[in-house]
Amino acid sequence: MKKIALGLTAVALSLAATTSQAGQVEVLHWWTSGGEAAAIDVLKQEMKEQGDTWKDFAVAGGGGESAMTVLKSRAIAGNPPSAAQIKGPTIQEWGDLGFLENIDDVAKAGHWDKLLPPVVSKIMKYDGHYVAVPVNVHRVNWLWANPEVFRKAGASIPTTWDQFFVAADKIKKAGYIPLAHGGQAWQDATLFEAIALSEGTDFYKAAFVDLKDDALKGPKMVDALTKFKKMRQYVDPGFSGRDWNVATSMVINGKAAMQIMGDWAKGEFTAAGKRPGVDYVCLPAPGTSGQFTFNIDSLAMFKVSGKDTQKAQRDLARLVMEPKFQEVFNLKKGSIPVRLGMPRDKFDACADSSMDAFNAASATGDLVPSMAHGMAVNSMIQGAMFDVITNFFNSDSMTPEQAADKLARSVKAASM
Amino acid sequence: MNTNTPHSGSKSARPSGFSLTDWMPKIVLAPTMVIALVCIYGYMIWTAVLSFTNSRMLPSYNFVGWAQYERLFNNDRWMVALTNLGIFGSLFILICLFLGVMLAIFLDQKIRAEGVIRTIYLYPMAISFIVTGTAWKWLLNPTNGIQKLMIDMGFVNFKFDWLINPHMVVYCLVIAAVWQASGFVMALFLAGLRGVDGDLIKAAHLDGASTFTTYRRIILPSLKPVFFSALVILAHIAIKSFDLVQALTNGGPGYASDLPANFMYTYTFSRSQIGMGSASAMVMLGCILAILVPYLYSELRGERSEK
Repeated sequence: MKKIALGLTAVALSLAATTSQAGQVEVLHWWTSGGEAAAIDVLKQEMKEQGDTWKDFAVAGGGGESAMTVLKSRAIAGNPPSAAQIKGPTIQEWGDLGFLENIDDVAKAGHWDKLLPPVVSKIMKYDGHYVAVPVNVHRVNWLWANPEVFRKAGASIPTTWDQFFVAADKIKKAGYIPLAHGGQAWQDATLFEAIALSEGTDFYKAAFVDLKDDALKGPKMVDALTKFKKMRQYVDPGFSGRDWNVATSMVINGKAAMQIMGDWAKGEFTAAGKRPGVDYVCLPAPGTSGQFTFNIDSLAMFKVSGKDTQKAQRDLARLVMEPKFQEVFNLKKGSIPVRLGMPRDKFDACADSSMDAFNAASATGDLVPSMAHGMAVNSMIQGAMFDVITNFFNSDSMTPEQAADKLARSVKAASM
Repeated sequence: MNTNTPHSGSKSARPSGFSLTDWMPKIVLAPTMVIALVCIYGYMIWTAVLSFTNSRMLPSYNFVGWAQYERLFNNDRWMVALTNLGIFGSLFILICLFLGVMLAIFLDQKIRAEGVIRTIYLYPMAISFIVTGTAWKWLLNPTNGIQKLMIDMGFVNFKFDWLINPHMVVYCLVIAAVWQASGFVMALFLAGLRGVDGDLIKAAHLDGASTFTTYRRIILPSLKPVFFSALVILAHIAIKSFDLVQALTNGGPGYASDLPANFMYTYTFSRSQIGMGSASAMVMLGCILAILVPYLYSELRGERSEK
């Protein structure tokens, strides 16, 4: 009886909300898995408190591919949502098509220019104006390790790739899988990107951001590819097509020693009841301790009509950048706030060190966009790179020189 | 056409002119026709148009001639997909036909419990390719599938890792697809075999032909139409294969097991290359037409000569 009464009140309330002419904000996103859905609920709640209504437009599946397909058809039909989860250079593509709303006024009132590292704010702007708001920062170049396995194998946790190979050999000999990995293109690219980053920030930027031909096929690329190929012998034979979280669980239950993966892997450790620093350790990927490859989720704002709707859209943009949302959302999602200088007492050791690295790297210029996660180049060039990287990793005849040459050629062909 | 003339002539002679019963079938069929025209042929034409444009994230109408086709055939991944289609398609069709015919002949020997066995062989067809792909992914995975089973049974050197071998992975697709479709081919042929005139077989036996010769010389040749139907159905299953690859290998390792449909999907929807994706779709359409047109031609010619 009580339940029915509650339900009726909810219906009555929602009716009241629709009749009060409040602005509605429709948000297209694919934060649909457990932790993510809980994180986005926070934003829904805050929007309700502002008197706006939130119309959820969640499209699950395919790492956002399905959502993008829906978004395209809605945009062509002239009926885009108020905001959509779009990131990296894709924001520029939508900007080129003239779909995005200038939210400079919100950014100015919120001092976004001061709060965001310039590398980040550049991504959020189209043609010098803010069109998107960053939600969180993921660090991609993490090494997750199970210290128990290292102890049993008598190896020490590596901080350079040379040490990595020494440790991996010992672990393999002791009968464990040195590297937990899933043979999917984006995971191959995540691993390769971490190795390439250890060749230096300048090289990384030249190759994966500016797409310089001589960097793409130069000696540093060949060296990175050689190391990358060496990884092939440290993964188990069943790696092909494995999902990343399955690979993480291999580290959790002590079958494998290490995994190179972004900080979303932490969610798996937490869900399994493991404690950072005790049951598992998070370290920067070998050779990249001062560097930070970021993967930033953002909400791009589309041009919408109607005063209330526009007001609701601006409320959304403002709320996303407020410390309260940044803290709660990122605690639930496992990432770190994009705002610099936030209180950290609630975050764990891994997030804490991630924030340190984010601050330091944004000062030194070692903060770089992740190629594997669509932050550095558009989807065409990213796809071309994925093809070469994953093909090289699985091929038994391609040499690193050939792969580097192929990489340069296919990037050129894709940017035509 | 000629048969219609007297009818329409009589209609115009009738003073009432419009009769609902005459029009009813057309009215009832019209929506289906419109939907088929727009949603199938209309979009086919649209895809053809887009394949000549430089469309990227959204369709655009900036025509670039054959440039997308040029890029397509310079693309390594597309060539891999096309080669895979050749290997997968021909092996899949041949093995399915062979197994299907064999199973049908064996089942046709008036054996006991035929109904049960037939159902067992036909059952895989009732399963979606996604399920087939996932199940075979587990079976073929070297760390927890057949290889592990054999090693646990004591064959320590047993190796069966085609799923992770870029050169062999396409044969994994063949295995799974054959498992699924050969029962269906068997059903087609079994129906055909049941339709063969019993007197013909008796006559052959009286003439002293062995069972093998009877099948080879008399029964199978009379099943030519069934061969053609099976061939066309299998060929189009092969060309449009998408879900099997998606579930079994997801194109991997690398992109060694890509088929054209997977290429088309990746480029059109996740890499914002609508132009090139459309071009690949048109090449696939060409492959289907290359099989369908001769088939339809022979079918229609057959009809005409029958008249």
